Amino acid sequence: MLAELIELQEFEASEDRIWCVAWNPTGTLLASCGSDKVIKLWGREDVNDLNLAKISSLYSGERNWVCKSTITDGHTRSIRSVAWSFCGNRLASAGFDAKVSVWERDGQDFVLQTTLEGHENEVKDVAFSRSGLYLATCGRDKSVWIWEYNEEENDFACAAVLTTHTQDVKHLKWHPQKDVRHSILFRFSSPVMQVLASCSYDDTIKMFVEDNDDWTCASSLESHKSTVWSCDFDVTGKRLVSCSDDKTVKIWHAYEKNNREGIRSPSGVYPVWKCVCTISGYHTQAIYDVKWCSLTGLIATASGDNAIRIFREEERQQMDAPPSFSLVASNTHAHLQDVNRISFNPKEAGLLASCSDDGTIKLWRIEQRPS
Amino acid sequence: MDFSSGPQNLNPTIYERTEERTIQASDYDNDVTDEIDRREIFDLIRTINDPEHPLTLEELNVVDLDGITIDNQANTVQVQFRPTIPHCSMATLIGLSIRAKLLYTLPTRYKVGVNIIEGAHIQEDQINKQLNDKERVTAALENNHLRAVVNRCIVAQNS
Repeated sequence: MLAELIELQEFEASEDRIWCVAWNPTGTLLASCGSDKVIKLWGREDVNDLNLAKISSLYSGERNWVCKSTITDGHTRSIRSVAWSFCGNRLASAGFDAKVSVWERDGQDFVLQTTLEGHENEVKDVAFSRSGLYLATCGRDKSVWIWEYNEEENDFACAAVLTTHTQDVKHLKWHPQKDVRHSILFRFSSPVMQVLASCSYDDTIKMFVEDNDDWTCASSLESHKSTVWSCDFDVTGKRLVSCSDDKTVKIWHAYEKNNREGIRSPSGVYPVWKCVCTISGYHTQAIYDVKWCSLTGLIATASGDNAIRIFREEERQQMDAPPSFSLVASNTHAHLQDVNRISFNPKEAGLLASCSDDGTIKLWRIEQRPS
Repeated sequence: MDFSSGPQNLNPTIYERTEERTIQASDYDNDVTDEIDRREIFDLIRTINDPEHPLTLEELNVVDLDGITIDNQANTVQVQFRPTIPHCSMATLIGLSIRAKLLYTLPTRYKVGVNIIEGAHIQEDQINKQLNDKERVTAALENNHLRAVVNRCIVAQNS
């Protein structure tokens, strides 16, 4: 193998399932949540708190990660996911109790800013847009809600309810670049377009775009044979990776208007997404999460077969050859049960967090060897 | 789900129960490795009560030994069940009860699949997909009403 997946640390985070882990934008805090209805924040142990034995171990290794704070009063049922705002001062959580809670930083702690109610039943995912202007939520009621931030009231109001999916919506991902804060300047210069991807039990991924305050479904990505559990954009936002209950990972490419390949967009305006690569034969159970590292370009998957797998794109021999990916590292016993989510640290290349039904969170380092 | 109306299948065929497992001397010997086999899985689910009838899933032939496969190397368990009638509205609830019983009793290392026997139900694909979506199963079992109904099915009756 061309890389190694090294286990750095394990936390026994809960007696119950951990559904989600997410790094804050500076990579200094890891948020986790799960069936115990608790949100935990993990950070590096302060040097002041260390005893001598630990200080000496500092020289050989690195500082331990410990639980820094716990939020217990947010939800009455399982918390399915947590998400950070890009400024790092807000945290949102989505619960099976049909509620979305938004938490605001207050010194070391996070306090409840607002609770968003509107979904009929389980909320499954929540995501802040790049600018923090929008919050998207989705759930069992088949809908995707867009909430707009109002600075004066310091609250979110519903801006749109999108009901294009025919089954429950599992996961949301904002496009990494196209979200720019509305301003007088932008209104008069170039049009501001926001793009949101959503994955569903209806086996599709939908791309929603904002165009003059109107939200529409710009394209439907159809190729998976079962529930699409998760997706992630690459650093440019021109490609997307998705994973499914059908045990495959798919790479999608956006063909803009007037593309060189001559692929026509049905809408004539929005880019058309095509599946350009399918990674199959590696996973033996459903794949619950996939992440595309913005620092290294590596793709990591979390699966119901207890494994974490790392894929790397192979160099293309010809310019127009289709992309191909190879498995460069894996641990088929990464956890004792299903791996539910993984998160690449956004600042420290190769640092990965994972969480599982076994109640643990693990930190990993991916070390690549020159090929 | 609608529980108010009477049973859909008013006159089900009743099948005989299998004999209890005979206990061998080796069962008491701690030095003998005794892996979980499909008969043990069957024993866990055959006593589940039908949501509509005062009968067990075994007595209604909803589950049988042949519908169970276990692989102790791969840690997988597959259970296939047969709704008594192909439009049975209780099929999801029966599947959920099987899943819940195995979730509460089997070691966590097993990956459990619960499916309807091919061709035994008109909505087989939808029901199978729902029963094997762990997020939906978790949410269903967190629902107080549904959990109470499932618990009534999986609590063994004195017989």
